[in-house]
Amino acid sequence: MAVDRFPVEATHIMMFARSVADDNQIYYDENYAKGTEVGHIIAPPTFAQSSAQFDPNYFLRPKTGQAWFGSGKEATGVKREPSSGGGGGGGGGGLHAEQHFEYHRHIKPGDILKATQLPGKTWEKEGKRSGKLVFTETVTEYRDQHGELVITARGVGVRTERPVDSK
Amino acid sequence: MALKASQLKIGDTYTECLVEDLKRTQLVMYAGTSGDYNPLHTDEIFSTQIAKYPSVFAHGMLTMGMTGRMLTNYVGDGRLTKYGVRFTSQVWPGDTLHSTATVESVEKGIVNLVVETRNQNDAVVLSGYAAARVD
Repeated sequence: MAVDRFPVEATHIMMFARSVADDNQIYYDENYAKGTEVGHIIAPPTFAQSSAQFDPNYFLRPKTGQAWFGSGKEATGVKREPSSGGGGGGGGGGLHAEQHFEYHRHIKPGDILKATQLPGKTWEKEGKRSGKLVFTETVTEYRDQHGELVITARGVGVRTERPVDSK
Repeated sequence: MALKASQLKIGDTYTECLVEDLKRTQLVMYAGTSGDYNPLHTDEIFSTQIAKYPSVFAHGMLTMGMTGRMLTNYVGDGRLTKYGVRFTSQVWPGDTLHSTATVESVEKGIVNLVVETRNQNDAVVLSGYAAARVD
């Protein structure tokens, strides 16, 4: 996903680490982190995905004054439209099929990242359990405030004709 | 603690339990920090009645994130150079996940790993790879 400004804060890293059930002290304890090989707090390997928080138009976040497709009084707030899919995290009728990260260095508090999206491929496949599958690839480059490349991410989203029957 | 190339053999494995009896609250936590508030992951009513799934299910990125903990516990902090996965099956509340990294090769200071996460029925829910710097 494209994001102009993703300021990385220690609290966000701590909460993100908790949300992936990782209690490694390097994600929240500055004193502990100083004594490690890295020497400072870093973010867990998949933290870049939370750049969605800094995309003002991210379609999987409810926005004040706008309809939301989750349940309220009714089981859904809006009639769902087919989404454009994409590899940013699936959803809205799409699912996340693949995610790849290349680390040029690891994210740390104080980084101000800019995420730029490069065009990716689109392809189709016939699925056994869910009908026609449409795959969409997105490549995202995360650069810091000095223009240095930090992470290259590649996501693949898939849209299915019907829900995946896999319980 | 970083790995030492001289002590690694092709086929070496490292396994961790990622989660036992995955709770819906963990999915809520992940939605809150990642910013992916897709109701499929946290809204049972929407997920079952509108999207027609058996229940809410985990973000693929939650499984990737938890699998990442296994990797960094194995290779050491700040050592990963690559990490990529395919989400091969959905992860549901109540699932118990184990993840394994297997050494595929060690060359030029880099260990290449095959990564796999399975549920309590031994179904593969995530398969991928990682590369990390070793001493």
